[in-house]
Amino acid sequence: MDRCLAGDLLKGKFPEAVEKIEYFRGDTAITIRREFLREVLCFLKDKESLNYEMLVDLTGVDFFPADPRFMLVYLLHSMKLNKRLLIKVWIGEGDTAESVSDIFRAAEWLEREVFDMFGIKFKHHPDLRRILLSDEFSGYPLRKDFPLEGHDFAKPFSVLLEEER
Amino acid sequence: MAERRFMTINMGPQHPATHGVLRLLLELDGEVIVKATPHIGYLHRGVEKLSESLTYSQALTLTDRLDYTSALSNNLAYCLAVEKLLDIEVPKRAQYLRVMFAELQRIAAHLLWLATHALDIGAMTVLFYAFRERETVLEILELVTGARLTPSFIRIGGLAQDIPETFLPRVREFVQEFPRRIDEYETLLTDNIIWKKRTENIAPLSAADCISYGVTGPVLRASGVYYDVRKAYPYSSYEDFDFEVPLGTRGDVYDRYLVRLKEMRQSNRIISQVLEKLPEGPIANFAATQFVPPPKGDVTRDIAALIRHFKLISEGFRPPVGEVYASIESSKGELGFYIVSDGSPKPLRLRIRPPSFLNLGALPRMIEGQMVADVIAAIGSIDIVLGEIDR
Amino acid sequence: MGIEDKAMASLQEVINWARKNSVWPVTFGLACCALEMMVASSATYDIARFGAEVFRPSPRQADLMIVAGTVTKKMAPMLKRIYEQMPEPKWVIAYGACACSGGIFRTYNVVQGVDQIVPVDVYVPGCPPRPEGLLKGLMELQAKIAREPLGMRKIVSLPGENNG
Repeated sequence: MDRCLAGDLLKGKFPEAVEKIEYFRGDTAITIRREFLREVLCFLKDKESLNYEMLVDLTGVDFFPADPRFMLVYLLHSMKLNKRLLIKVWIGEGDTAESVSDIFRAAEWLEREVFDMFGIKFKHHPDLRRILLSDEFSGYPLRKDFPLEGHDFAKPFSVLLEEER
Repeated sequence: MAERRFMTINMGPQHPATHGVLRLLLELDGEVIVKATPHIGYLHRGVEKLSESLTYSQALTLTDRLDYTSALSNNLAYCLAVEKLLDIEVPKRAQYLRVMFAELQRIAAHLLWLATHALDIGAMTVLFYAFRERETVLEILELVTGARLTPSFIRIGGLAQDIPETFLPRVREFVQEFPRRIDEYETLLTDNIIWKKRTENIAPLSAADCISYGVTGPVLRASGVYYDVRKAYPYSSYEDFDFEVPLGTRGDVYDRYLVRLKEMRQSNRIISQVLEKLPEGPIANFAATQFVPPPKGDVTRDIAALIRHFKLISEGFRPPVGEVYASIESSKGELGFYIVSDGSPKPLRLRIRPPSFLNLGALPRMIEGQMVADVIAAIGSIDIVLGEIDR
Repeated sequence: MGIEDKAMASLQEVINWARKNSVWPVTFGLACCALEMMVASSATYDIARFGAEVFRPSPRQADLMIVAGTVTKKMAPMLKRIYEQMPEPKWVIAYGACACSGGIFRTYNVVQGVDQIVPVDVYVPGCPPRPEGLLKGLMELQAKIAREPLGMRKIVSLPGENNG
């Protein structure tokens, strides 16, 4: 049955990488160890019977105050099998993840957004800088300890252009 | 010794043709683009963070403002994700009506795309024609939902209210008239030599590149890849309807234009099928009393319904723990919502998978090596909405 | 009233009449409200009746800035720069709840109202306001322009700006 195909093939090839396989509402989510991320994604993309060639989404979740704190979620789609797969990786605060932007070009901007919102750095990313917020912004908004209104909300907003500073 | 330097020019964020606040830095070698860097985030409103402090039914109102050209589609995607998490069914009548609204919004969004894209390239007449039809669609939506642009009408469990009697005749009238209108746009543009010269072989994107960049929607289909979420992962009874998915061959601006025009015709076809097959029945899953508020008539007459309504609206419901991803085929591509729930009335994480964000990421690949005069046509053909990209 | 005062009064009326019936907006649509602004310039609502159909992309040729949509902190310097580039006399309409006061977005990146950055003449609330709301706002602005005294138009100075 396709439902377990990716999971079974992964467990066969990388037995120490797979931590958990969950099924919820018809979707499959496989939690893997951080060190094996690139190999697992390459395998899922290149293996002919699986062919998960499209990275649909990449995001992070903050489980503050749990440890490890962050979870990276990769959502893959296979055109051949017409199936979706969620790959989850736990990342602690201060750890860096490996960039997959050479495997999936879509990851270039998606990883920049994760860095912008959570502060998770990606090794070997071609251009890791903020994408949605301005470069002078301090803090990572989607972390749970960042207030919704941001810092300095009580002060009236003023903007000075570069020539005036 | 002459040193070769490239000229850098800045487009936007205030620009009449960037469809919103997009900033594009172009490095030019004469007229040819050597490097293009999009800068986004000028409309980043913090929707994902804000939704973590709102209950599930309150966060629904935020989704209207994402892809503001077709607001009901965003509501639909969000409701599908929440209903998947809660594991509740939606009655057939509500599903069919949702399909009708989604397709009407697809037509409205494509009309807006056509109007602005043609205006940028120089065909101003098309703007007035397309806005005339878009006004008709918005009037129909206002008739039933009360708002033109931000309705929040598709709710968790079904719809907010049932449709009035004047709605179906109006839609029938629109559906009969619309194919002739598309023929009018085609007469103006499709075989027009100026249009073809400005759009053929401009900004092509190969199928392999599309998949690698995560591009979905008409841009992907114009490159020849058959991927439409309505066919791949059918939702809300789309499998009951008979429609085609148009494909292109070269993946250039002209093919994207043709694909979208054909999609409008197919949407019209789906709406006429809904009109024929619409069943009677309840408008929402009122049996799921833990999650769906009771019908408004009961709330004013029955004290138990009133109390339930009050508790659901003020506190919110408690979904099971887990995470889900659900997506729809919006007019821009695959719009998905990824919700992580920890059992509390507010979502732990609400992630919006924006199709235009990933489509825009492929823009540098499309226009590098092309002329600067074609950038506008390329941006118009991807059909971006900054509300969705920046959230 | 002497002959000079009468002449000044009618001159003031004529100048104000000319200004209010040809207010040219600069295209500053930011978010969802921009769509309603575009619709207001199309056939059904027709902003051309008021002389304002010429939306200029360049601020140097415009006298009205219709801020339609949410202003974020990243966009704020651009907005201020565009405002400063517009020549006097200039007016601002804040169209939509986000431009009036931040709207539903009370978050870290949204400016709570464009009047924190530039002086606003007319506020049009709504989310989004109907295109007729924009036309009503424009009519209010025209009434305001008609009342302006000649030569003593109050110029609100922004920090660092060169008034002239």
